[in-house]
Amino acid sequence: MDLSTTYMGLKLKNPIVPSASPLSRTVDMVKKLEDAGAAAVVVYSLFEEQITHDQNEFDHYMTSGTESFAEALSYFPVTNDYNMGPDQYIRHISNLKSAVEIPVIGSLNGVSAGGWLKYAKEIEDAGADGLELNVYYIPTNLEKDGTIIEEMYIRNLIKLKKALKIPVAMKLSPYFSSMSNMAKKLDTAGADALVLFNRFYQPDLDIENLEVVPNLDLSNNWEMRLPLRWIAILHSRIKANLAATTGIHKYEDVLKMIMAGADITCMCSELLANGIGRISEVLKEVEQWMTEKEYESIEQMKGSMSQKSVADPAAFERANYMKALNNYKLLI
Amino acid sequence: MSTRKKVTIDGNEAAAYVAHQTNEVIAIYPITPSSPMGEFSDAWSAVGQKNIWGSVPVVYEMQSEGGASGAVHGALQTGSLTTTFTASQGLLLMIPNMYKIAGELTSTVFHVTARSLAAQALSIFGDHSDVMATRQTGFAMLCSNNVQEVMDFALISQRASLESRLPFLHFFDGFRTSHEVVKIEQLNVEDLRAMIDDKFVKMHRGRGLTPDNPFIRGTAQNPDVYFQGRETVNNFYNDCVGLTQKSMDKFFEVTGRRYNLFDYYGAPDAERIIILMGSGAEAAEETIEYMTEKLGEKVGLLKVRLFRPFSIEHFVNAMPKTVKGIAVLDRTKEPGSIGEPLYQDVVTALSENCPFEKMPKVIGGRYGLSSKEFTPAMVKAVFDELKKDKPKNHFTIGINDDVSHTSIDYDKNFTIEIDGLFCGLFYGLGADGTVGANKNSIKIIGEETENYAQGYFVYDSKKSGSTTVSHLRFGKKPIKSTYLIQKSDFVACHQFNLLEKFDMLKDLKDGGVFLLNTPFGLEETLAKLPRKVAQQIIDKKLNFYVIDGYSVAKETGMGSRVNTIMQTCFFAISGVLSKDEAIAQIKKSIKKSYGMKGDDIVNQNYKAVDKTLENLIKVDVATLKPGTIEIPPTVSDKAPDYVKNTLARILEGLGDDIPVSQMPVDGTFPTATAQWEKRNIALEVPAWDPDVCIQCGKCAIICPHATIRIKAYDEKALTNVPATFKHSKVKGKEFADGTEYSIQVAVEDCTGCGLCVEICPAKNKKEVKLKALNMVPQMPLREQERTNWDYFLNLPEFDRTKANVTTIKGSQFLQPLFEFSGACSGCGETPYVKLVSQLFGDRSIIANATGCSSIYGGNLPTTPWAKNNEGRGPAWSNSLFEDNAEFGLGMRLSIDKHNEYAKELLQRLASGVGEQIVNDILNADQSDEAGIHEQRERVAVLKDKLKKIDSPEAEDLLTLADYLVKKSVWIMGGDGWAYDIGYGGLDHVLASGKNVNILVLDTEVYSNTGGQMSKSTMMGAVAKFAASGKPVGKKDLGMMAMNYGHVYVAKVAMGANDTQTLKAFLEAESYDGPSIIIAYSHCIAHGINMTKALENQKAAVDSAHWTLFRYDPRNVAQGKNPLKLDSGAPKISFQEYAYKETRYKMLTKSEPEHAAELMRQAQIFVDDKWKVYEKMASDGNAKAEQK
Repeated sequence: MDLSTTYMGLKLKNPIVPSASPLSRTVDMVKKLEDAGAAAVVVYSLFEEQITHDQNEFDHYMTSGTESFAEALSYFPVTNDYNMGPDQYIRHISNLKSAVEIPVIGSLNGVSAGGWLKYAKEIEDAGADGLELNVYYIPTNLEKDGTIIEEMYIRNLIKLKKALKIPVAMKLSPYFSSMSNMAKKLDTAGADALVLFNRFYQPDLDIENLEVVPNLDLSNNWEMRLPLRWIAILHSRIKANLAATTGIHKYEDVLKMIMAGADITCMCSELLANGIGRISEVLKEVEQWMTEKEYESIEQMKGSMSQKSVADPAAFERANYMKALNNYKLLI
Repeated sequence: MSTRKKVTIDGNEAAAYVAHQTNEVIAIYPITPSSPMGEFSDAWSAVGQKNIWGSVPVVYEMQSEGGASGAVHGALQTGSLTTTFTASQGLLLMIPNMYKIAGELTSTVFHVTARSLAAQALSIFGDHSDVMATRQTGFAMLCSNNVQEVMDFALISQRASLESRLPFLHFFDGFRTSHEVVKIEQLNVEDLRAMIDDKFVKMHRGRGLTPDNPFIRGTAQNPDVYFQGRETVNNFYNDCVGLTQKSMDKFFEVTGRRYNLFDYYGAPDAERIIILMGSGAEAAEETIEYMTEKLGEKVGLLKVRLFRPFSIEHFVNAMPKTVKGIAVLDRTKEPGSIGEPLYQDVVTALSENCPFEKMPKVIGGRYGLSSKEFTPAMVKAVFDELKKDKPKNHFTIGINDDVSHTSIDYDKNFTIEIDGLFCGLFYGLGADGTVGANKNSIKIIGEETENYAQGYFVYDSKKSGSTTVSHLRFGKKPIKSTYLIQKSDFVACHQFNLLEKFDMLKDLKDGGVFLLNTPFGLEETLAKLPRKVAQQIIDKKLNFYVIDGYSVAKETGMGSRVNTIMQTCFFAISGVLSKDEAIAQIKKSIKKSYGMKGDDIVNQNYKAVDKTLENLIKVDVATLKPGTIEIPPTVSDKAPDYVKNTLARILEGLGDDIPVSQMPVDGTFPTATAQWEKRNIALEVPAWDPDVCIQCGKCAIICPHATIRIKAYDEKALTNVPATFKHSKVKGKEFADGTEYSIQVAVEDCTGCGLCVEICPAKNKKEVKLKALNMVPQMPLREQERTNWDYFLNLPEFDRTKANVTTIKGSQFLQPLFEFSGACSGCGETPYVKLVSQLFGDRSIIANATGCSSIYGGNLPTTPWAKNNEGRGPAWSNSLFEDNAEFGLGMRLSIDKHNEYAKELLQRLASGVGEQIVNDILNADQSDEAGIHEQRERVAVLKDKLKKIDSPEAEDLLTLADYLVKKSVWIMGGDGWAYDIGYGGLDHVLASGKNVNILVLDTEVYSNTGGQMSKSTMMGAVAKFAASGKPVGKKDLGMMAMNYGHVYVAKVAMGANDTQTLKAFLEAESYDGPSIIIAYSHCIAHGINMTKALENQKAAVDSAHWTLFRYDPRNVAQGKNPLKLDSGAPKISFQEYAYKETRYKMLTKSEPEHAAELMRQAQIFVDDKWKVYEKMASDGNAKAEQK
């Protein structure tokens, strides 16, 4: 059975790639992912804003209260050896490259073009095989037009593509007015892959203490349907590869995503909840299913149920919603 | 020989530079102003900088200076080249070892920043009181007068010590030299190598103890031989003189700089000379240059370099033979002596060997104690005095001694103008980075131009909202002005409101430059200028520049730090460098200063530089009109006379003018003076919303500055209520009908820390971001709240006997008797101190260890310990750093004795005063406020009766009767005291069983001296002397105290559990035996958001790093386990707590792997400790059963 797939020009032994998460924080853990069968690894994200914030915070607290009182002109020992940049992350990428055989994809989370360019180049220099850009951007400014945001994505991507030799994937949110058009624009701008979709952690309210609290729930299986739809819609209509992420827990999910047109399927919540061993189990089940159904390869299956390939393309569109709703009513 | 670098450094760095490179072991203990020498050494060793033999010196922090000198002695005795740095009381603690080290003829150099000794008061500033107290130890003593000499003499003494075998004390003036930043030529490694002869190093090592060549040293000797043994060293002292000169000669050969044991400067035919040591010699030299050249006077100066051994031969030969009058100036006071030490030596020397035809007049005088200014005017006055037929001997200069009339007058208007010398003054806040920017500017001018440069910085004695004044000089000639700028060319005011605090234009030259940073637009700025300031600008025809630095800072992401902006303005206006060159140099220094902190910080600063010049405005002074705004009086008219006449003068910066007669003879001051100093430092203050308030009292208990007060009072008291005064019905069944409740903020005293808002649990139901307290701008509220505050103070205090002090709410009705201290905004210590003052203040005596708490609690001008309407309040004193527990125990012994004797007298006088009252007093239950109140009333009756009895015993009892009322002794201090320097005494006091209450304000670091590691510092935390994170766990002082069994022990964290804190304080005080409370005190030295510090406290407790407990020995008698844990098993990891704080987190930025390993070990440490506590608390009633 040929489970191999190609993603951003990288030949992968199978379509399962652990997505950016704490699972890639240590070399040991990534080795375990590789041993479990992961075809590549997307390393946890380097947060540009975190770096900036850290630098400001560090400067503030190191200087707070200094040069104010004759007996205590400073409060911390002076050493010029602080690493306030992304060095630790870069070193980690480099360590991973020497420790594992599978491709290592760096992940960068940020907004500004300046930060991206600098850190992306360093990630490339450290030996990463590819870079995933995670644009975690919540546009709260009422005055900011959607096109400005879209242009920001495109502009940054173009700059990056010019600067880098390694392939670049864009991890997107689903909240574009015209997802298809946005995908096309990114495709034209040179994106090597689109990762669909970023999953925003939504805050919750604590009604006892009247506070907004961060809330991190692992994904549910049903959440895969949103990326599934868009992968099916986009498959073969853009050049960029498609990575499916969010809600992939079981072998059926992997198969569905591939059939919709994904080149790889990214797993995270399942591994965090049930262990890294799930990769080998899912892979085994995928292979078993394909054998039973007499599939030859992933490539054969890829996009076989995309919008373009199914009998009823409208099923991925509005009609789908109407139908579902009608069914729901009937069930009452 | 390679060329030598020009560096711009201070005296401490200069000394440490040589000491670090010429030693193998450095044992130290922090003490101002010497601490930076140890810190430099530690930082250099931490990054692997080597000594001249290619090895990294060991730098080791000890538990006290006594310990440091012991370690030095040990290291010397085993042959290592060893040094230490100290000052003041620290040097005194080294004296016993100094005798040993000298007696054993051991080569070493102690580098000392000469500082005042604590006598009538502590002072951190410079004079020679400390070094003069060691002149009998047998150490050679070499004095440096300026920063260049500090570096040079550090090396000269190192060589001389090795060759002569005598230990050297190399000293220079604290602050004036130790902290003066100045351009000097740095010795290079070749110089150091050329000066240190390894032959003598090997001989030193050869004298070390080793079992491979055993001998004993340090024997005990008897009357038969001790004396002879003592006399064996004489030739070494004789030889030391020549060897020191030889070392100076060698130094000249190596560097071209000539020094002698005594150096004369001045007219070759001088008739009047001054003899002195230290930085004052520089000012004297400057004055003599002026007097000889401009006034044609025959005057001169003899600088004493080698004070011990004192060479009469070299001394007499160094002076011109024409001398007729000599004034010897000592920077110390030796009360009761026939003259200060240098004076006595000079007189003795001349009596033994007078080189003159006729014995000159010799007078001695004191100057410059505690860094008192020593100016050209004073130097001239001394020379003028010498002109008189009968000059005053044993005089003082620089003060007005209107009591014993020792002082000689000087002309305050006499100043020396030095051609081409630029003098600039910069007024700023500690928080705005003014000093840092000026240090940078001095470095740029010193190192990037041909100019000589000097920077000296003056700080005030508050830790919050403190002001700084930077004195910068630069010019083409070496700068010898070792005094503050008297006439300036440039004044920069970095904070608009400081215009009201300082008369900063007074000494600005006509036509000079005035640069003002303003939060307002130009028009508003000019309108808001105080009338006096505007008039000065007009009268002096100043070049007046204005910038809104805050807007530039905000725009460029710099927050409130206007340092880079104001620095750029200075360079742009002063013209010391071309505009482009200046900008390039500022950016270079920004890269150097901030590079390690990341590109964003650097870029923000770059942006600020670029944006500054477009916003700098030169005001057309011709259009300026003085407005009507008057500078308000320093203190209210209602203040007591002493505050108005003396303390207010100090506040105005006129303390130098206060005559001797206005100072107390014995260091005794009235309390309750901080209330008169309205500092108005908060930009935002809390405003109370009575509708949302649940009246819990948490805001008041956590307030570090006692600026939030609560009263519950009868509504009838509400007469003539100011329009904006807030009150509401009190909540709670325990209050009588018609009781009103008010929370009032002293907005002029508030520091704006926000802790009250943070702790407030009540949220507005319509808008949850609003609480019962919300921060609002202070300025618009200032006037109305001043009225409200006065009104609030006049409302009746809550009856102490009726307050339910076991609740937070009830306890906060008690008046704080510790208010408006100078502690940091958001201080974690002062809420505990204030709580003591509320609960027990009217009957407590406080022994306060030196440290933060003694500074914010007892530093002039105004002090926070207060008194209530009955005139009662805490009586406070500070003895030393190391002896505080013993000091407090002494108080207890004394009070107990007074009490015992009073009881005896009472019984003896029973027939006269009546059996009933005697019995009532002797058997009184004083366990609560009501009982104490009743006892006070009984004692009042007793005193009335006693006054009517004519007997010595009645008179005696009258002076002691108040001791029949229970007194509470509190021994307070930080962890540096309790865990380190004072631990021996603390342990003894705990063991004593006496009824004292010990409060350890545990910040886990030496806070007052700037963040050095203590034994309380936790594993993994970075501190000075633990740059790689402390490798071992925190000492468990609580466990050690519990081990006695008879000690009440509590560990508290008010921010995590205020009720437990309150319980612990009440229990500790009620326990008739020693009690110790270890209180988690968040601190600015932790590198945390002080507004959110309560979260840190909670996290410390939740992680079980800071397990809350109370150990009450009284429980044993009731068959209960004495230990009660008040917090549970770890809820979060230690890391989760630790990485909220820069002190831990910074290690992840410098040594990430090591940080991770220390975190792992720290977690084990915390877990293990928790298990022990859990077991102890749940372990049946082991202790009880044993009993």
